[in-house]
Amino acid sequence: MKKIEAIIRKSQFEEVKDALHEADIDFFTYWDVTGIGNEVSGGIYRAQVYETRFIQRRMITFVCRDHLVDNAVKAIIKSARTGELGDGKIFISNIEDSIRIRTGEKGPESLFIKD
Amino acid sequence: MKRIHKYISIVLAAMFLTMSTITQISAQDSTLAVQDSVVAVAQEAAPVAQPDTAAIVPTVDAGDTAWMIVAAAFVLMMTIPGLAFFYGGLVRQKNVLNIMMQSIILTAVITVQWVIFGYSLSFGSSTGPLAPFIGGFDWAFLKGIGVSDLSPYFISHSQPTADGGTIGTIPHIIFILFQGMFAIITPALIIGAFAERIKFGGFLLFSVLWATFVYDPVAHWVWSGDGWLFKLGALDFAGGTVVHVNAGVAALVMAIMIGKRKNYKGHAIPPHNIPFVVLGTALLWVGWIGFNAGSGLAADGLAASAFLATHLATATSAATWALLDYIFNKKPTVVGIATGAVAGLVAITPAAGFVGVTGALLIGLIVAVLCFIMVGYVKGKLGYDDTLDAFGVHGVGGIWGAIATGLFATPAIQNYSGLFYGNAGQLVTQLIATGVTIVYSGVLTFVLFKIVDKLVGIKATPKEESVGLDLTQHKEVAYTAID
Repeated sequence: MKKIEAIIRKSQFEEVKDALHEADIDFFTYWDVTGIGNEVSGGIYRAQVYETRFIQRRMITFVCRDHLVDNAVKAIIKSARTGELGDGKIFISNIEDSIRIRTGEKGPESLFIKD
Repeated sequence: MKRIHKYISIVLAAMFLTMSTITQISAQDSTLAVQDSVVAVAQEAAPVAQPDTAAIVPTVDAGDTAWMIVAAAFVLMMTIPGLAFFYGGLVRQKNVLNIMMQSIILTAVITVQWVIFGYSLSFGSSTGPLAPFIGGFDWAFLKGIGVSDLSPYFISHSQPTADGGTIGTIPHIIFILFQGMFAIITPALIIGAFAERIKFGGFLLFSVLWATFVYDPVAHWVWSGDGWLFKLGALDFAGGTVVHVNAGVAALVMAIMIGKRKNYKGHAIPPHNIPFVVLGTALLWVGWIGFNAGSGLAADGLAASAFLATHLATATSAATWALLDYIFNKKPTVVGIATGAVAGLVAITPAAGFVGVTGALLIGLIVAVLCFIMVGYVKGKLGYDDTLDAFGVHGVGGIWGAIATGLFATPAIQNYSGLFYGNAGQLVTQLIATGVTIVYSGVLTFVLFKIVDKLVGIKATPKEESVGLDLTQHKEVAYTAID
């Protein structure tokens, strides 16, 4: 089992969502995140132009079975890439265990619903 | 391509304004002629229609009264919810409730102050050397003012009394309420200057003292029959000097005295909810129709004319701000057009009942430019932290409006002329009234700040400021994470 965390542009979210669905990732969690880095974005407030280093992105997280990881990562890269600086990053890590609360199933069994 | 767009829009705007100015000047001349003949007819007819004085019983005019009840409610709507949302949207999330609380508590406390002694100090009479400067306590607790009493104050619509005097056509009570709403919004405007960093107790004590020692006397000077600026001939239709210059200057002094917010580096801290700002602006715009068109105290042509001037100047100012935004910062911003609209409303306030279409267009156009420069460039250079530009918009816009009244007042509307209609003296009077108000409001605000700071303390501690005033002053948060 692997955990995949991807930070993507908000504007690519719809594309990534559809690509993940095609790669058999049927469920994921996401939230909006703000980072601070070198990118400078500007705003205007009552004729004053100001700069901020706050970067708005969206973070997608899911845990999946090992054999799905490659396709999922490919799907994210393909759908989230625009080629410009700031397209985001993908982090992959190992997951020790997983438990489905309803049934008590453990491990990879808990990550998908058998037909 | 961008450049060409820019120039086309400038040229179009200039053409539009020039054309409308030319057509208006000629149109106003004809209006003037018509008015003159109407006045002449009325004067000829008057002696014939004069009834026996003993039979005169002044009565309430239902139309005037109906309009004034609505207008007073409209002005209340400007503070809550108008200003509460306008200012509330502009501050950070952790301070929004504090702004709304300040707006509501001022509505509550100033109403009580107004009935107990505020109205009497502003519009009552006193004797002796103080009479031109402040009213007495004859009307404290509205003593002796009955249900059927008529307003002693009137502008365009009045009626003779049995003893040969003149009296208004609306109940005295509705005049008190209408003016009370003005007394509420004036200290509420100052909230913008010290937002995000004031202790609630200090704020409340300061505001009540300010309403008593600054608002009430200045209202007496300008609007009371005994007032010295009124006798001097200062024109202030709906409160440019009394409300906006007064509050704007107090805001500047407060912003400087209380000091900057933590981490304020001269640039804007972005608003937390711009839709709130739009909502507040729209409520202010609509409410201002009651503010200005109600200030003639009658439902007549003058009210309609004030409505027109108010709406037109505001529209011009809002559009001008959007154009300036587009030219100088490439994008027309929503906070920008909202600010432009409020600046237009402020500037037209003293002039609403004295200027025609030309005056309204030019007042709206110029106030947008002045306030744009003030909040966009000058404020940053000077380095004071006027959180929501209470001075940059209300102070600057109010001063321009008061002076512009002395420039554009036209005899086609009421019997007053400004500099451009051949009466330079009016401009001098306006400058005196504005200057005196600036000095009085500035000095008194400074003194009251010192007193309140000694008594209860005004500035929030750095910790209170960084945690946010909602939690530290009211133990509440605006947007909870609980279902």
